[in-house]
Amino acid sequence: MSKYMVNLKINNMPIAVEEGTTILEAARKLNFRIPTLCHHPDLTVAGNCRVCVVEVKGARLLAAACATPVSEGMEVLTNSEKVRVSRKHIVELLLAEHNADCTKCFKNGHCELQDLASEYRIGDHVFLDLVRPESKIQDISSPSIVKDDSKCIRCQRCVRTCAELQGVSALAVVNKGDHQKISTFLNKPMHEVVCTNCGQCINRCPTGALTERNYIEEVWNAIYNPSKFVVVQTAPATRIALGEDLGIPIGNRVTGKMVSALKKLGFNKVLDTDFTADLTIMEEGTELLTRLKKALVDKDPSVVLPMMTSCSPGWIKFQEHMYPDLLDNLSTCKSPQQMFGAVAKTYYADKINIKAQDMIVVSIMPCTAKKFECERPEMRDSGYQDVDFVLTTRELAMMIKQAGIDFDKLEDEHYDSILGESTGAAVIFGATGGVMEAALRTAYEIVTGREVPFTNLNIKPVRGMEGIKEASIKIKNVKQEWSFLEGVDLNVAIAHGLANARALMEKVKSGEAAYHFIEIMGCPGGCLGGGGQPIPTSPEIRKKRAEAIYSEDEEMPIRKSHENPEVTEIYKHFLGEPLGHKSHDLLHTHYKPRKRY
Amino acid sequence: MENNLKKVDIIFEVDEKVTPIDVLDKTLKRAADEIILDLIDSGLKGRGGAGFPTGLKWKFTRNEDSDVKYVICNADEGEPGTFKDREILDRVPEKIFTGIAICGYVVGAKEGYIYLRGEYNFLLKTLQRKLDIFNSQLKERNFDFTVYLKSGSGAYVCGEESALFESMEGKRGEPRNKPPYPTVAGYNSKPTVINNVETLVYTTMICHMGPEKFKALGTNDSRGSKVFSVSGDTPKPGIYELELGMPLHEFVNEFGDGDAKAIQVGGASGHCVPRKKFNDTIIGFEGIPTGGSMMIFNSSRSMYNVLHDYLEFFTEESCGQCTPCRVGCQQLLKGIEAVKRGERPPAYLEDLKKLTATMKIAAKCGLGQSVGNPFNSIVDNFREEIIY
Repeated sequence: MSKYMVNLKINNMPIAVEEGTTILEAARKLNFRIPTLCHHPDLTVAGNCRVCVVEVKGARLLAAACATPVSEGMEVLTNSEKVRVSRKHIVELLLAEHNADCTKCFKNGHCELQDLASEYRIGDHVFLDLVRPESKIQDISSPSIVKDDSKCIRCQRCVRTCAELQGVSALAVVNKGDHQKISTFLNKPMHEVVCTNCGQCINRCPTGALTERNYIEEVWNAIYNPSKFVVVQTAPATRIALGEDLGIPIGNRVTGKMVSALKKLGFNKVLDTDFTADLTIMEEGTELLTRLKKALVDKDPSVVLPMMTSCSPGWIKFQEHMYPDLLDNLSTCKSPQQMFGAVAKTYYADKINIKAQDMIVVSIMPCTAKKFECERPEMRDSGYQDVDFVLTTRELAMMIKQAGIDFDKLEDEHYDSILGESTGAAVIFGATGGVMEAALRTAYEIVTGREVPFTNLNIKPVRGMEGIKEASIKIKNVKQEWSFLEGVDLNVAIAHGLANARALMEKVKSGEAAYHFIEIMGCPGGCLGGGGQPIPTSPEIRKKRAEAIYSEDEEMPIRKSHENPEVTEIYKHFLGEPLGHKSHDLLHTHYKPRKRY
Repeated sequence: MENNLKKVDIIFEVDEKVTPIDVLDKTLKRAADEIILDLIDSGLKGRGGAGFPTGLKWKFTRNEDSDVKYVICNADEGEPGTFKDREILDRVPEKIFTGIAICGYVVGAKEGYIYLRGEYNFLLKTLQRKLDIFNSQLKERNFDFTVYLKSGSGAYVCGEESALFESMEGKRGEPRNKPPYPTVAGYNSKPTVINNVETLVYTTMICHMGPEKFKALGTNDSRGSKVFSVSGDTPKPGIYELELGMPLHEFVNEFGDGDAKAIQVGGASGHCVPRKKFNDTIIGFEGIPTGGSMMIFNSSRSMYNVLHDYLEFFTEESCGQCTPCRVGCQQLLKGIEAVKRGERPPAYLEDLKKLTATMKIAAKCGLGQSVGNPFNSIVDNFREEIIY
């Protein structure tokens, strides 16, 4: 049904928009900017902060532009005296309950409230300071997320993020009136609740109320420590987003500049998580084929399908809390970050003749859950904590700024070798569907001896931003040893964002769909939309980042994980074979159920 | 001085010959549109305080195209100083049930609900028993309609209709953005009529006695009568049904203790009228409207304390979601405290008054929008009591 057009005037300029359009959207079309705080393009409309109020001629009340649909003949004023006075009042009120020690705040310079205060030149506060002393005690219990209630402006973006995008609801509104706040179940510390550490709330918090636990000083200290050999790894999705925090437009790949900057910061070796992404494909692809054989041929009842990816630590913790009965479906593969740490402190340390205890492994991740993951007790198979510190893409940008590096002017540099070589298959780990695509490129070839039957290796059905994607690939003309797969339709599914993951898990549990392999990424869009990526985020931004990732893939000389020469090397000289004894010790693990309450 | 104050007996009148169920039987034989016309003709406006014409509300909901519609009786009587619905629920619940059922018939709903204030849970058992009888009477008549009881949990803001829907749906009781209005998307996002207890009783009674008798009472803008909750410094606190449009001085003559210095009309969210304005204040939609609360304060009362109590109440009962209300209420409360203590100059009251102007037009719901009513009327009329 086509929508009819509504005519209205905004600041005396006529415009016709589709019915159902909000005043905010209509004003944007006319290039009138109306400030917002509680509004976010990824979330449902709340209309609670009220900074977007506008005057509608003839109406008794101001209208929240974000929440009010246009109507025929409406005349809107976005900057009348009433609007200006009210909006300024509202900003002042927000500041009154906001602990505005901006110079000490991690979000200094990246705060939407600060921007508004600056825009309205709020000088001396008219109103009384209402910040409660107890609210200034930060919750630093989580290794990933710092919660500071004294900075909270109750816009509830975090609450909606956690509920609508992630289906977790670790954060919720409690109490009413002057005691209303954003809290956890029974006001427990963040590390004791169902929080998956995904950091999506951080990406949408307009102030410094939710930030990542930052480890910038720790990493500087390691770099300056002459007795430490500091190795850094960079996740696939960092290279297509880092530029956003350093003045480069969205959707630009900065891989070479990032490597150059990391070398200038003083890391001893700049290596690539993409290498272990390829390694993951070798292990996980083999695990899938082995599981299929055990399930389909051996009828081994201990083997469960579908197999589910295990790269995303937010997803892992979600599964531990929400679907502990499906933990056996998870691939036993550690995430690429953790495989890297385990390999770095064994194989690599040996190669370069550095003692593991003298090595510090730092990760640059698009992710806050990785900070939690690296501290997990399961992740010490090298004999030490495999990965020592995890920095978000944002934290790296800060370090680059602190070091006075003019990022835009940097010449491209290459990763160090070894553990620096990678393929297009590894890069696409950063986008939803990417692990699936990389795994199919390799597994299909192992089984049939031929490349996947898609133009230019691009498996389009598993790409894109739909919440849940399904695909089926017919396996034909297999090699002798894989004859049991002849003619089989390999059914796969992909979900990103934990609310979609939940929906997919329900389908799996009900038996409604019979999949063989499922890829789940905890964050919307996959790692490119991770909780550690530059702020802001939106569907458009994530789309541009995805395009950047796939163009990086297309330009890589090698695009299949099993063709990575360093991967071949590590199996030849160290690991033996995928799922072999050494792999088992270093690269695989199991997870245990966690309580929800 | 002669007192023209007219006491009325419509709400609580018990007619042995014509019971509420008889009214229902009679009304169900009429065309729905005719009933709506009668209600519009009667001039009945909502008795919860906001005063929306009841007939129009029913008409809008009737006109909505939807398989499922609801009728909800707002019995979340939370306004400080208001206690008339409790009495109505206790004494003439069948009249309420009948109003709900008539409304269901008119708008095409199959379910009606009474959302009962959490603090009125002591009424639950009796109400449910009487409701069971009523529902079985509906069944006997093959009228496909059922009335259910739902209990609130004591939040003032849940009396706000959209917060009430949220609460009924099992969510946090927070007001919604409007539009859409309840007649389009109310409970469960379906077209919903939500009326105050007293309003529904009047609809029953208008169906019983016809619009003319109702219309004969009151004034052009305020037709009919209204139940008042009289409290404070009065020798005869209680519930009284009075004709609308009365001058306040007549009310004071009847109910005051001879020393009244101010009347708070409409509860904490209403207006404070000082003695000097008793003579030219009309109680009704053309003057000062009220959900029924009339609190009388004599000269022994500190108006600072009165305002402080109200502001404490709003600070606590704001749902907390919107900035103007959550932070505004706190600023007003702490602001008068600061002025009283001399930490802010008396002129700071002007800043706070400007803030109430913003709250009035920018807060999300009626709660935040109306806090300025008591604030301004008390600060303007009793400024010296606030400052010194």
